[in-house]
Amino acid sequence: MQNVNILIVGVGGQGSLLTSRVLGSLSSRLGYDVKVSEVHGMAQRGGSVVTHVRFGEKIYSPLIEEGKADIILAFEKMEGLRWLHYLKEDGMLIVNDQAIKPMPVVTGAAEYPDNILNRLNDAVSKVFVINALEMAKELGNIRVSNTVLLGVLAQNMDIEKQLWKDTLSGIVPKKTIEINLEAFERGYNIRV
Amino acid sequence: MRELMLGNQAVARGAYEAGVAVATAYPGTPSTEITEFIAKYDEIYTEWSPNEKVALEVAIGASMAGGRAIVSMKHVGLNVAADPLFTVSYTGITGGLVIVVADDPGMHSSQNEQDSRFYARAAHIPMLEPADSQEAKAYIKLAFELSEKYDTPFIVRLTTRVSHSQSMVEIDKPQPISIKEYEKRPQKNVMMPAMAKARHIVVEQRMKDIAQDSCRFEINEIQEGDPKVGIIASGIVYQYAREVFPKASFLKLGMVHPLPKDLILEFASQVDKLYVLEELEPIMEEQIRSWGIQVIGKDLFSVQGEYTANMLERAIKGTDIDVRVAEELPNRPPVLCPGCPHRAVFYNLKKMKIMATGDIGCYTLGALSPLEAIDTCVCMGASIGMAHGFEKARGRNFSKKMVGVIGDSTFIHSGIGGLIDVVYNKGISTILILDNSITAMTGHQDNPATGLTIKGEIAPALDLVALVKAIGIDNVQVVDPFNLMESEAILKEETQRDEPSVIIYKRPCALLDKRQASPLMINKEKCTSCGLCLRLGCPAIQKQDDAMFIDDSLCNGCGLCKQVCRFNAMERVD
Ligand SMILES: Cc1ncc(C[n+]2csc(CCOP(=O)(O)OP(=O)(O)O)c2C)c(N)n1
Repeated sequence: MQNVNILIVGVGGQGSLLTSRVLGSLSSRLGYDVKVSEVHGMAQRGGSVVTHVRFGEKIYSPLIEEGKADIILAFEKMEGLRWLHYLKEDGMLIVNDQAIKPMPVVTGAAEYPDNILNRLNDAVSKVFVINALEMAKELGNIRVSNTVLLGVLAQNMDIEKQLWKDTLSGIVPKKTIEINLEAFERGYNIRV
Repeated sequence: MRELMLGNQAVARGAYEAGVAVATAYPGTPSTEITEFIAKYDEIYTEWSPNEKVALEVAIGASMAGGRAIVSMKHVGLNVAADPLFTVSYTGITGGLVIVVADDPGMHSSQNEQDSRFYARAAHIPMLEPADSQEAKAYIKLAFELSEKYDTPFIVRLTTRVSHSQSMVEIDKPQPISIKEYEKRPQKNVMMPAMAKARHIVVEQRMKDIAQDSCRFEINEIQEGDPKVGIIASGIVYQYAREVFPKASFLKLGMVHPLPKDLILEFASQVDKLYVLEELEPIMEEQIRSWGIQVIGKDLFSVQGEYTANMLERAIKGTDIDVRVAEELPNRPPVLCPGCPHRAVFYNLKKMKIMATGDIGCYTLGALSPLEAIDTCVCMGASIGMAHGFEKARGRNFSKKMVGVIGDSTFIHSGIGGLIDVVYNKGISTILILDNSITAMTGHQDNPATGLTIKGEIAPALDLVALVKAIGIDNVQVVDPFNLMESEAILKEETQRDEPSVIIYKRPCALLDKRQASPLMINKEKCTSCGLCLRLGCPAIQKQDDAMFIDDSLCNGCGLCKQVCRFNAMERVD
């Protein structure tokens, strides 16, 4: 098997931890070598954050290089664009249609680009745009938006669905298993 | 059993398996989680010390008392601990002593990117450097064994990418904690000139012995491959190089000081072209070159920032790696959180045109736009000494238009000495202690003023007011930063004084304060779009098509904007 490289990007505080924990646990269950590299510290205070997940027969570097990501999962759309050069030529982009304005935009020193989704669609042939926040709101808890995105990721990977659900159930707090599984299903069944 | 573990967690596991009795630290990214994980082992006494120097001294005491001890810090923490470091090299140890230091190439969360390997060389202390979590655990255990075998402290060096990456770790059984008999040994443990002279001889011999023996250590390993390219590397850079050169010959060094000279000479003789790949300073490269061996290293790379696999591939193989062009986009710098009490202080300082020397913590973010309230940041504790220096250079009138700004944890870490200096040398500085009841920047660690230990036990809480008064500051006021009016009045009063003063701004970090306040919204009819609220730099307040709005998913309901707004346009969502 070829090594799989998944880059998760977003804004500090959005919480990519669930996704990387599920991926880490899944790949070790499958008997793969796995490395996960994440940001702690300063950037977690609302900065641009990235998590690298790599698994396969043997992984040396914990980091994905520019141009080598199979999948980028973007929790915020401008961050999807910011990290796009990490995507390989025929890689896939899953992007949450949410905009979080950085401080230079808030203060008027810079402008939030208005055509991000078009730019992403032009640059990448396989793009999934999902309004995960909206779906999570429909499910009654905005915090499961990450699980919706996990579902989208899962439908695009060659790993059995039940295994995803088992792993997810083992990781989220007990009280929230049901709503998380629901959110996962929503993501898993989205078609574009 | 195997488990996916953070490098820092693996260090903790290694300490546990090695039978460590005492673990100390002062937090600092990327080292913080080591001690948080160690604290979970009931068997190990664990503490947050007030600073790295104390942390190392406690560990030295525990070691001399006969137990194994580990102390962890970030790279700049080793500057603070440097004084005991250089002399514990002379005394050596009784129970094994391991100093873990985490460097931050690329400065993800640091004020500089110094290379801790210099300390190993300067203090004559051996240093190991693991390349993943499994090695992190194994090297900690090995460091304890070697520490006791050679009677020396050991340093284990990590970098951000090892500390903060997870990889698989084989779990082993812990060895029981054992404490050796205590023996009075003045020749070894009292470093006065006569004794220290004798110990210096021991140190020199010890380092020679270790350099010799390390040629046979398993962690220094020749991995035979194509002899055309030979690569010497350690730590994370070894991993990058392995990605790029699967077939090359490698000398992987687990010990980065002292270098195994004979092994390196042997490896050099086996390969056509020899590369030394190391982030930051050319420490191995310069030593190896000094032995008359031709190596390629920093001629291809910079001493700044991190290496990447692509970087190695381009520079060494000359590969033209085709990647998309990175987009030019607005930056996303870190920001003070919605509801952060620091914001209120900075808003007032800016409004009153009071200049501030700053310090290190979340509040350093007050230097960024739009608050721009802090003019300096050098190292922990510096704000106070620097404010005093400003006064002595520019005079009292200047000092009356400025303050020093420091956090609670940072004040305890190294601000106290600065304040004593202000009083002793008749300064009139006004110092603001931003007491958010936690060490926030590094992820919320308790400190001597919070009333809890790292294990969550109740502890005596340091009384900052009493401390400051005891230092000789007569003018001490405590104020809630969210009371903007009162805060402004007090700032005016204290900065104008011909005496030193301290204002303690007391309110818990917004991420800790679980009191639920409903978010605010903007009444469009009242809002004139004057933009004053934007000057707070609150991520929840944004401008869209010339109108202000509050993102209710971000707003924490602190109500600061409500105080600032002149048109009463901020209303609570009920
Ligand atoms: C010598 C040294 N040790 C540790 C650190 C890491 N560090 C940066 S800020 C900080 C603590 C800040 O706490 P506090 O002063 O209470 O401010 P807060 O972040 O809570 O606002 C620490 C430990 C450092 N930069 N330098």
